This record gives sequence, structure tokens and C-alpha cells, in this order.
Amino acid sequence: MNTVNPARTPQELDDTITGGIGESPLRPDGVLKVRGEFAYSSDLWHEDMLWGATLRSPHPHALITGIDTAAALAVPGVHAVLTHEDVPGENAYGLKYQDTPALAADRVRYQGEPVAILAADHPEIARQALKEIVVHYAVLEPITDPERAAHDTTLPKLHPDGNLVRYQRIVRGDPAAEADVVVSGVYEIGMQDQAFLGPESGLAIPAEDGGVDLYLATQWLHVDQRQTAKALGLPPEKVRLTLSGVGGAFGGREDLSMQIHSCLLALRTGRPVKMVYNREESFFGHVHRHPAKMYYEHGATKDGDLVYVRARMYFDGGAYASKTPVVVGNGTTLSVGPYNVPNAKIEGWGVYSNNPTCGAMRGLGAVQPTYAYESQMDKLAAALGMDPADLRIRNAMSEGSANVTGQVIDFPAPVAELVQRVKDMPLPPENRTSPVDIRELPGGASNTTHGEGVVRGVGYGVTIKNISYAEGLDDYSTARVRLEVIGGEPVAMVHTAAAEVGQGLVTLQQQIARTELGVPRVTVHPADTSAGDAGSSSASRQTYITGGAVRNACRAVADRVFTRAARQLGRSTEGMSLSGGKLVASDGEVLAGLADILGDEAIEETREYHHRPTHPLDPETGQGDAHVQYGFSAHRAVVDVDTELGLVKVVQLDCAQDVGKAMNPDAVVAQIQGGSAQGLGLAVMEEILVRDGKVRNPSFTDYLIPTVLDMPPMRIDVLERADPHAPYGVRGVGEPPTISATPAIANAIRAATGLELPRVPIRPEHITGT
Amino acid sequence: MRVNVTVNGEHRRADHVWEGESLLYLLRERLGLPGSKNACEQGECGSCTVYLDGVPACACLVAAGQAEGREVRTVEGLADGDDLDPIQESFVERGAVQCGFCTPGLLVAAHDLIERNNEPSDAEIREALAGNLCRCTGYEKILDAVRLAAARKAEAAR
Repeated sequence: MNTVNPARTPQELDDTITGGIGESPLRPDGVLKVRGEFAYSSDLWHEDMLWGATLRSPHPHALITGIDTAAALAVPGVHAVLTHEDVPGENAYGLKYQDTPALAADRVRYQGEPVAILAADHPEIARQALKEIVVHYAVLEPITDPERAAHDTTLPKLHPDGNLVRYQRIVRGDPAAEADVVVSGVYEIGMQDQAFLGPESGLAIPAEDGGVDLYLATQWLHVDQRQTAKALGLPPEKVRLTLSGVGGAFGGREDLSMQIHSCLLALRTGRPVKMVYNREESFFGHVHRHPAKMYYEHGATKDGDLVYVRARMYFDGGAYASKTPVVVGNGTTLSVGPYNVPNAKIEGWGVYSNNPTCGAMRGLGAVQPTYAYESQMDKLAAALGMDPADLRIRNAMSEGSANVTGQVIDFPAPVAELVQRVKDMPLPPENRTSPVDIRELPGGASNTTHGEGVVRGVGYGVTIKNISYAEGLDDYSTARVRLEVIGGEPVAMVHTAAAEVGQGLVTLQQQIARTELGVPRVTVHPADTSAGDAGSSSASRQTYITGGAVRNACRAVADRVFTRAARQLGRSTEGMSLSGGKLVASDGEVLAGLADILGDEAIEETREYHHRPTHPLDPETGQGDAHVQYGFSAHRAVVDVDTELGLVKVVQLDCAQDVGKAMNPDAVVAQIQGGSAQGLGLAVMEEILVRDGKVRNPSFTDYLIPTVLDMPPMRIDVLERADPHAPYGVRGVGEPPTISATPAIANAIRAATGLELPRVPIRPEHITGT
Repeated sequence: MRVNVTVNGEHRRADHVWEGESLLYLLRERLGLPGSKNACEQGECGSCTVYLDGVPACACLVAAGQAEGREVRTVEGLADGDDLDPIQESFVERGAVQCGFCTPGLLVAAHDLIERNNEPSDAEIREALAGNLCRCTGYEKILDAVRLAAARKAEAAR
């Protein structure tokens, strides 16, 4: 069995992988993953370990009038049953506001809220014993309408300050400007789920010093450590976290799930406790993408120049704040898209309700408005009699443009070029007249059509997404790099707390160190909280921020090598560089082997990288330099729609994206392909269905994510317009393709059918009107 | 109860197996083979796909007792010692692995396809893999990997 202390670290010293920045070396964890030997957090095992389980509220809104745990504790094999009374520290955590109880005390605010936890010998005993815990509820009417939650002050307050999490207004130019051509619409977006495949899981081991060691899958070790330690009433240094294999994240692992619970149980029982959610529990155990309702009005001149945008948007944050403040910030500041808009009035509300809690998901806060404004752009193009791509190109922002918050874009913004590039890609052949493979048609092998009733449409989606954390946060990462001689060869070791969640950060860290230090052999230390804070693997920021920290640490190490070499060789450090394991002069002369310079004495340096400062938005006008960088992508979708059955087949999905610098071109393409699949899912199938605050489809049987039959071939065009302010010129990659894929597909379905379709996901009944 | 099963060519015995346990639990928690993954536990995602008497099956849907006296081959049994199976090699080479949680199940499904048909069309590959969900890759690189492994196998057979 795998033991905990990272059973198999992928970065073995005999690693034969090479390749620096701009190349596409293989993943160092690839072989372990294909052998089934890579230790994911749900694979961890420890002698004597217990299994933890969580009792969750069946009600979206209720008062708790009593909890009786005696019967559960009496079940043979049960070792502890804990409630809010057993939380030794602060029973409130949260990423932005500390409003979330580790275990509910006097009331529950959503269906699935954790109320009690227990530990038992076998997972089935744990599950059965949960049924023996008696919770007395006084059921209350749930608040489920976000628009009402924002404005109706007569509703019960779910939190002491009411039901509004954040309101943000943005006013630019003349908010009451008028225009020749006006289009408006009301758009809704359903609740999407990250649906990462690896369930929430971890193993907590009580330590001799009264602290606890937690091995887990997460996106940000240090923020988990801080929140968990606070709830446990322990100093952070006694709550040590180590990253185990992560089976995808997409934002869903930013909030805590089993962290506090497993540690509480381990500390109480004095034994290791493993918790693994099943799929149903996973749907209840993490936050989702905010559903939204958005009112949009666009005004343009007869020639197609945007004059104004006015929008009101409501984001349903559910029971707890999580990332709702950021969703409102991103949603409003990105509300007009990558377009020049001289006049705007934008309002965004993020609210509490008794729906499932919503927080971070890929494309945070940009997915919702992009669907709305890109729908509007097509509507405007139709009103103007213009080609939708040409309208976008005409209004595209570029370097030097000021956005809706007044921030001047001082880096490349090739929006028009991205649209033109997808527009110029060849279209798939229109072969519906000849006999076709039915598997290529809507309905596929279900044999529901042979082409009759099938119409084709083409649509575009373009987006702008802020990269990294915003609105004045000091966003940074820390890296430690050590250079030493092992087996006669110089070897670099990189240690950060940055989470590899599948995106390929381990590969990238190696690439940077190989390039900066000129050594082929680089190992990446497992991520843990003994390294400095690296921030979150989210907001498309790790290549930029942790990449910058690794670069800085490598350069500090190199400087010390040069100083040491200068002393040994009796010359100045001027012009020295490292390449191929050697110290090289500016004229290319090899001065010495790196191993000889290093000798027995390792060189180690720790450095941080902080991005340029950003600033909060003015609360009245919403003006301010809120974001440090933007990513841009454009999609063109081609769809076939069976208008009789409402079935959609995405025939082709093409993408052009600017990544500043393709650090690992294959990984960039993979991010675009994977992100586009999630955008396709939101367009046509993915939604957590909530009625009266209750989730109706918490399983992979009923929550559908795209299969290999749903994903069409993609043409991908990667631009590299370096950002002069970013390390190596990089621009965050991960999020934009998810965002622009959805409206491209929605617009293509509209183009095919002529229907309004103001809501995603677009379901068959929306197309057939039944 | 006691379960006797041949796993990856080796006879294995597990004692005190609870009747409701799945083959997936038996493999992962009792026999120390965590390669098969536990992602949905209702046969929808394919992450736990194993060969059962040579036929791919979702280990989460097979009761542990049903495996009595039968042969199971898991992802851990695809490689020949240190030598990866061609399908494993192509997944690594073509970047078909990101988070990798779906990979073990996809490998068994793809292995089975190529065993049966080393010249599959794209439509046949898609059909064969339709029961395996992947959330990271968008499937394109997985398709590339299967095409490559099939081509290599076809070449070797010539």
C-alpha cells in the first residue's frame, strides 16, 4: 500500500526528461500516473487509520434545536462523534469573510451543510453510524431568488449584515448616453460545477507536539493552513499541510472541505483519519459557479461603433460568501468585454441565499457577463445588418485602450487579430446532402436523424479575463532553489508550496530552472507548508507568479555561483552565464564546470515574486486600475442542430488565444482544449438543478459533463505577444478558453435556429419550445 | 467472507471482506492496488475500469464476492515490469495525462480497443472511450495517444 509520506514522488533523480522554456518536455509525473502508482489524496493509507464521515443537513434553511450523538457513539467501531461544540478554536472560516461555520451551530443555511462528523473503523460503519445521529430541526422557508435577496429588505437576514455580500457600481463617461441602434436582453446562466474527477480527500495524522499533519488535495496550502489552524485553536506551525496527488480542481478546491473535519477527528481520537467524499457528497461538499441573471442594454452608432453599455447583474452566492466579492468585482470590471465602450453604467450584486454556496470556478466572474455581452454583440450585429465577427473587430480594444474602469492597457491586447484568425480558419464541409455517418449528427449513434431537420450555425465568442489577484491585493509567491552536486553532476532542486492540480506546474518549474541555471537535472520538491506561501493555483496565475518566484530564486543562486567562480578563478563576474552544466563567459568560452565551482557546498536561495500593485475600485464610480494583466481568447463554433428533437452536435470548435509566451506549447494547447470542453459543457449540458434550495442531480448520472463523443475537433492558434511587465512575457492561459467557448456555441445555436435562447445551458426543450 | 482472486497474474486472498464491498474497494483498500480510481462509484465515469476475465468492467459496480475465483487485470498490470505498455507510453508522450485521475480507466478501455482492433477509426475510438470521463484534457490528446498506440501496434503486427 501507499504510505503517506509522499509514497512516490515523481521527480526522481534519474529523471531523463530535459527541456527548457519554450519547449514541451514531458510531465515528470506522467509515468507514475500511467502506471497507477501516483499517490492521489484518496489513495493515502496509514496503519491504524480511521475513516471520517460527515453528517449534512437535509434542509436548505432550518434552525437546529438539538443534536444527540449518543446512539452514534454507541455503534461498535465508532471512535468519535463531534459537533460544533467540539470545535476548539473559532467556528468560522472563509476566503474573504469569516462567515462559514466548520460545523453548523444554531442554524443551517444550505442543503448539505456539515452538522456533525464521526470517525469509525470502516467507511461503511461510518456511513451507517451517521444515521444514528439525531438532529432536531425547525425548518424555515428558504430564500432562493437572488434578485429579491438583493433588494427585499423584509426577507429574513441569513447573516448579521443582511443578504447582500457586495454591490459594485461602475460609471464611465455619460451613463445616460443615447445611441442610434439599441438592443437589450435578459440573460441567465445556470449553476455549473467544477466536476473534478478526484474526490475531496485527505489524511490527517496527529503529531507528538499536539499538532497535526494533513496530506490533502488542495489549490492553496497556506490559506487552508491558516483557516484550519484557527478552527483548531492551534498556531499555524502546528498544522502542517502537504500536497498529495490532486485529481483536478478548477476552483472547487479553494474553499475548505474536509480539512478542519479530518484534523478535528484525528486530534480527538489520537489516530490517523482519512476522509474521502463520494460523488454525491462532493457535489454538496464544494462550492459551484455562481448562477447569474443579467440585464443588458447596448447602444451603437449606425456604423457599428459602441456608444454605451448599461447592465445590471445578479450573482447568487448561496449560503456563504466564499468568492462572491471577487465574482462581483470581476463581473462588473469585465462586464463590457474586450471592447472600447466610452459610456457605461454597470451594477453588480452578489447575494446570500439558501441555495448551494457558490465560489471559485475557472473563469471566475467573467463567464457570466461574457455569455451576456457576447449574446448582445450578435443581437447588435443583426440589428445593424453587420457580420458578427466584423462588429467585434471594429470595436475591439487594443494596447493603449482604456477599459470600463478607466485603466489604460499598457501591454499587447490583440483582440481584433484573435477574432480575425478564427474567422479565417477553414469551415468544416457542409456534407449533409451526401450519406453521412450518423455518429457525426446530433443524437449520434442513437440514430435519431439522418439529416432531416438538421440545420447548421456558426457563432463567435470573445473574452477578456483578468489574470491573478486584483483590486489591491498583494499577490505573491515564494520559491526556494538549491543547487548542488549529486553523483558528480550539478542538480537543482525547486521547492515551492504551489499546487500542481493537473495543469503542469511541476513541468514548468523544471523548465525554468533548467533554463536559468543551465543544468539538465532539476527535481521539484513536494509542495508543503514548510516552503513560503505560493498563493493559489487559480486565477491563471501560477506560471506568472510562482514562475516569477522560481526565476528570481534561480537568478539569485546563479549570482552566488558567479561570485564564487569569480573568487576561485580570479576574475570579475562580468558576462558570466550558466549553460549545459558549465560556467560560460560572454564570448562563449567555457570557464569551468559548474560541479567544480560548487564542490561540496550547495547554494540555496529563497525569493518571492510580487506582481505590479493594483488598486481598489472607487466605491462610487468603480474607476481604478484594478487588474494587473488580462488574457484574451476568441472561439468560433460550428454546430448542427436537430430542430425537431432539440439536439445539438458541436461540429467544430476553433480557438485563437494570446498567451504572451508559450512556456510549454503542448501544455498551452492542452489547456485550451480542456478549457473549451468545460465551456462546451456549460453551453449545452452542465447545470446543477436546484429547486427550493435543494439539489436535484448530485451524480454523474444526472449532472452531465462532456464525453469524448461531445467534443469536436479543434483548430488552435496560439499567439505570443509578450507582456513586458510579466516574467518571460507570459500571460495567464487557463481560464480564457473556458469563457469564450460558451457564447460561441450559444451564438452558433442561435444562428442555426433563429431562436432567442437567453439562457445557458441550452436544453432540448429550449430549442423545441416544448 | 473470504475472497480469492487472481489479480495481475498473482493469486490474492482477502479475509473479512464485508458483503457490500465493491471490487474497487477490495483492490484499493485491501489488496493495496489504488491505481483504479474512485471518482463516481456508480459506473458513470469509467475511472475504475479493470479487466474482469478479460472483459472491461467498472470495478465499482462489481461486488467483491463476484470476483471470487476470477481474473482481474488492473492498470498496475498493464506494464511488463519496467516496460510500459505501448498505450501507456503513448499517453505519456502525447500529453494525454494532466491530473491523471481518469487515466487508469482510460488506459484499460483503450488497451482493450487496440487489442481488438489495431486500426480503429476516430469514430470507433470515440465510441470505445465514451464511457470514460476526463475533465482536464478535452480528449484531443487522448485521441492522439490512442491513434499513436494503435499505429505502433499495427506496425509491429506487420
